[in-house]
Amino acid sequence: MTRLPRWADLVLVPLISLLLAGIISALVILAIGQSPMEALRTMVTGALGSAYGWGYTLYYATSFMFTGLAVTVAFHASLFNIGGEGQAQLGGLGVALVCLFIPWPHWTLALPGAMIAGALFGAAWAAIPAYLQAKRGSHVVITTIMFNYIAAALIVYMLVNVLRPAGQMDPATARFPAATNLPTLHEIPGLSILFDKQIPANVTLFVALLACWLVWLLLWRTRLGYEIRAFGRSEPAALYAGISPFRVTMIAMLISGGLAGLMSINNVMGESERLLQNSTEGAGFIGIAVALMGRNHPIGVFLAAILFGFLFQGGAELGLWTSIPIELRTVVQGLVILFTGALDHMVRMLLGLFFAPRRTQVA
Amino acid sequence: MDFATLIQILDSTMRLATPLLLACLAGLYSERSGIFDIGLEGKMLMAAMCTGAVAALTGSVWIGLLAGIAGSMIFALIHGVASITFRGNQLISGVALNFVASGITVLIAQSLFRQGGRTPPLSGPARFNPIELPFAEALSGVPILGPFYAEVISGHGALVYIALLCVPLTWWALFRTRFGLRLRAVGENPASVDTAGISVVRLRYTAVIITGVLCGLAGAYMAAGLQTGFGKEMTAGRGYIALAALIFAKWRPWYALMATLLFGFFQALALRPDVIKGTLGFDVPVPALDALPYILTVIVLAGFVGRAIPPRAGGEPYVKER
Amino acid sequence: MTGDTGKERQATAAPAIELRGISKAFGPVQANKDISIRVAKGTIHGIIGENGAGKSTLMSILYGFYKADSGQILINGTPTAIPDSQAAIRAGIGMVFQHFKLVQNFSVLENVILGAEDGALLRPSLAKARKVLGELAAEYELDVDPDEVIEELSVGHQQRVEILKALYRHADILILDEPTGVLTPAEADHLFRILRNLKEQGKTIILITHKLREIMEITDTVSVMRRGEMTATVKTAETSPEELAELMVGRKVLLDVAKTPAQPGRVVLEVENLRVVDEDKVERLKGISLKICAGEILGIAGVAGNGQSELLAVLGGIARGTGIIRLNGDQIDLTGQHSDGQSRRARGIAHVPEDRQHLGMIMDFSAWENTAFGYHHDPAYQKNRWLMDNDAILENTKGKMERFDVRPPIPTLSAKSFSGGNQQKIILAREIERNPDLLLVGQPTRGVDIGAIEFIHKRIVELRDAGKAVLLVSVELDEIMSLSDRIAVMFDGKIMGERLPEGTNERELGLLMAGITDGKTGEAA
Repeated sequence: MTRLPRWADLVLVPLISLLLAGIISALVILAIGQSPMEALRTMVTGALGSAYGWGYTLYYATSFMFTGLAVTVAFHASLFNIGGEGQAQLGGLGVALVCLFIPWPHWTLALPGAMIAGALFGAAWAAIPAYLQAKRGSHVVITTIMFNYIAAALIVYMLVNVLRPAGQMDPATARFPAATNLPTLHEIPGLSILFDKQIPANVTLFVALLACWLVWLLLWRTRLGYEIRAFGRSEPAALYAGISPFRVTMIAMLISGGLAGLMSINNVMGESERLLQNSTEGAGFIGIAVALMGRNHPIGVFLAAILFGFLFQGGAELGLWTSIPIELRTVVQGLVILFTGALDHMVRMLLGLFFAPRRTQVA
Repeated sequence: MDFATLIQILDSTMRLATPLLLACLAGLYSERSGIFDIGLEGKMLMAAMCTGAVAALTGSVWIGLLAGIAGSMIFALIHGVASITFRGNQLISGVALNFVASGITVLIAQSLFRQGGRTPPLSGPARFNPIELPFAEALSGVPILGPFYAEVISGHGALVYIALLCVPLTWWALFRTRFGLRLRAVGENPASVDTAGISVVRLRYTAVIITGVLCGLAGAYMAAGLQTGFGKEMTAGRGYIALAALIFAKWRPWYALMATLLFGFFQALALRPDVIKGTLGFDVPVPALDALPYILTVIVLAGFVGRAIPPRAGGEPYVKER
Repeated sequence: MTGDTGKERQATAAPAIELRGISKAFGPVQANKDISIRVAKGTIHGIIGENGAGKSTLMSILYGFYKADSGQILINGTPTAIPDSQAAIRAGIGMVFQHFKLVQNFSVLENVILGAEDGALLRPSLAKARKVLGELAAEYELDVDPDEVIEELSVGHQQRVEILKALYRHADILILDEPTGVLTPAEADHLFRILRNLKEQGKTIILITHKLREIMEITDTVSVMRRGEMTATVKTAETSPEELAELMVGRKVLLDVAKTPAQPGRVVLEVENLRVVDEDKVERLKGISLKICAGEILGIAGVAGNGQSELLAVLGGIARGTGIIRLNGDQIDLTGQHSDGQSRRARGIAHVPEDRQHLGMIMDFSAWENTAFGYHHDPAYQKNRWLMDNDAILENTKGKMERFDVRPPIPTLSAKSFSGGNQQKIILAREIERNPDLLLVGQPTRGVDIGAIEFIHKRIVELRDAGKAVLLVSVELDEIMSLSDRIAVMFDGKIMGERLPEGTNERELGLLMAGITDGKTGEAA
């Protein structure tokens, strides 16, 4: 097989995968008797055509950045954390508890408090699968899937039996006190010129950007990140260098879970302002697609998160304005994961066909 | 809990356990051959939609069943291509296909029927109708065993009995036939199969196809047996429960029957919180019952209740080495 | 080919196997070069050579695992194409691989019939196999409980199952790849009895090994391979271990290393009764004791796989062991509880591992990242409490690349894009410039071009001259001879003896490496 140039591997492989996913989606749209161009137009207009659309796109992108980073950190330690969904839900529980039961004077104080709670709860939910992987060799993929379902059940129990205010029918907590409500981009001086309507995107976006930078710093500028990456590439070599597999597995998973948990300051604290039953809306899973598409690099995650934010918001617009169901976005998400994560050898082979002849000409 | 209630719960246990059992056996074939499959959920969903749609269109549940198997098979083959031919990551492939299935089933159902992503309600010959086993009526007078036979054993759709038959059949195929021997070998040590001059690739594709068929049956039963038509995300994690049951069963057919019956019983109980309270005298939260299969699986995975050792070559693409 | 009638008959009958001009290359590596060989029916034919000489590749071609680039295979005089293992089995060839191809949780019977079943149902096959196994057991001393599960069997019994598998498939030609590597001496003796039985029944056996004793004990003819070529085929009765050792090791241009006599100082490393047991419960080090002084290079000679890797691993903190290791008089923890690669480095042990691609570097990391590998906690590499100083590492790497003549001198290039020699220089620079009290170095010049070899040797000697202790492990005898101040020969997890390079020669060392001391074998008892 032709080895691809580095830039092609980094840039072309995800782009071709996206293209393949797009082509198949277009075929699906055609097959159900709709127009792919029309669909694309609706998505672009709805998600990117207005400040209002951008407000939603960025809101979703914020969540995806956290979950994408969560998957990324674990991936670098060669751990596949599918548990982002459950960890994010637990993070939501942590955020809700902190917002409901601590009388915060101002959101600037509530936010760090909620961040700590969300991250801690998310990390705690990743801790058991991490420990079982590191000490008992139970596959982290299976255990994190199981923990997603246990998390879902736990949240239902907490909402229905514990946190639901008396007299309320739907399973949700009470609204958080106004002092914990985060300013949206519309409410931020300066940005309100750009975003002239009330939108869900909120200050958490800046926390997410900060998280991107911190994860980059962690992975490529700290000893811990160095150890995580080395361990992920070669466990025997890590042992040679005196890196403890147990320690790295635990820490990488705790950070991963913490990042997933952090997401809930966006959706729970920033948007719904109470904890709902399915608060994450699958963002934990989208993190897998975002990380794969973003080649496990924070910059890539940032870009892929915006792309999926667009897809999510655009897909919702499709559901509103066309007869194409909103579920199209799940299809695209699945296809992107399939091509970037499982059929990547095939994509590389396809690309290799283009690169091989040119190589021989040079030589 | 009185006897009549118990019979009721056991009756619904049978029905709820059937899709779990079929999916669990489906996973058994794949994983025994060394191909991890967390895409059982997606294949079931796809089969449920195909069955629901085609049964509604043709009015025949059997044509619907064939369509369901075909739908599931397509996904099984994609998984095979990704994990056997292109040696991709089997876990990621399974996850990806679950998402694709989750979305595309609604897309197709919506475009066909415009009923909010559902297929039209099935009835009559478009469903798996109860089969009255012989003497059910006659024996119902016999105390305890009579009602048990009439309600719990008799009166289910054909697929319930097919699923039950699949258990001894799978056991027999696995442990008494040449195919089973090779299948188990390729999941444990593909090099042993390769050096014996048998094609690893062909064996694994065969296993993946059987997985597709069984998931097809499971999905068809969801749409035309358990329910009356396909609805969005109707499998509701059953593919993962089946996976849990498979681990719980340590990849063995008879244990799979027991595990899925147990998990089906939890599901049946979760539908009757009143009964639990009446029996135990205190409230057991429904979510706790929902989570029980997963908690049990984690405990098994952690090796606290005997060690669950998966097929040794599971998840690893086979590359010929020196 | 004249002489008695027996010889004549042997010469006229077609050989069981004849290979004509077999060549096979893996990329740039020529694993087999124009190999021709004839194996007479009903004989035991040994193929001897060092690791990497191309023995296993040749046999894999014969078993249909690889396709030869050129050449011809004749079985019983008939040209036979062997595109896959199925064809090899049909041609009557059975192979016992070094790493058994058994299904661990299957019974013996199930393993035997796998791929050779009669019909779709197992019951008749199992019944037949049970009967046949009973007959084979009686005939060849191959008794194994047919219902026992493989993982419950000893290694020796597992090997018997592999032989039974081949015989069950009616193999007339049996190839065994390093069969005694994992056996105890008693088990090896039993194996040889089985092989002699098989020979008497007219089977042809090819025995691949690097152990001279085995060749002398059991084979009728022996072929020697070196660096992909067949250097000689001789009758065992007409040769001697000395001659074979020489043919095997060969004579290479001795690279002269300019080096003054050693000035040994205080004892740096002291090892007493060191034992290591691996994951399969096999004892890999059987009580090693040695000493290295400051300003001295101790060379460990030996055929690969005789415990050298384990010695390096336990000294480097990667593996656990029992016994006593003292560095500069302080005892080192061997249990792995309070020590690992990090604490060894902190004590002043640097380690250039044998397997640079899997242990010594992260191939996807850049050269500068690899320069910090294992030393990433070094204060000089930190910007502050939290962050590493990548610029400092990069600068440091530039200096190292210059001083060690790494080409191309680009620190940002990933490790895998450097040649073997330059990869080794990067590792060597990292370890040597730590100025360690003790340098562990394994196969320093494996896969390294001539120019780099000289450079690497010079650096190792310089470190010694700076008053440091060096433990050198190498399978290249001339490297050991030219670098070492003292030579210890390892065989089967033990040290067979120590020699001074000026007081010994390659022949004597070769015999020690084969476990032969003063005409006696080290394997007995």
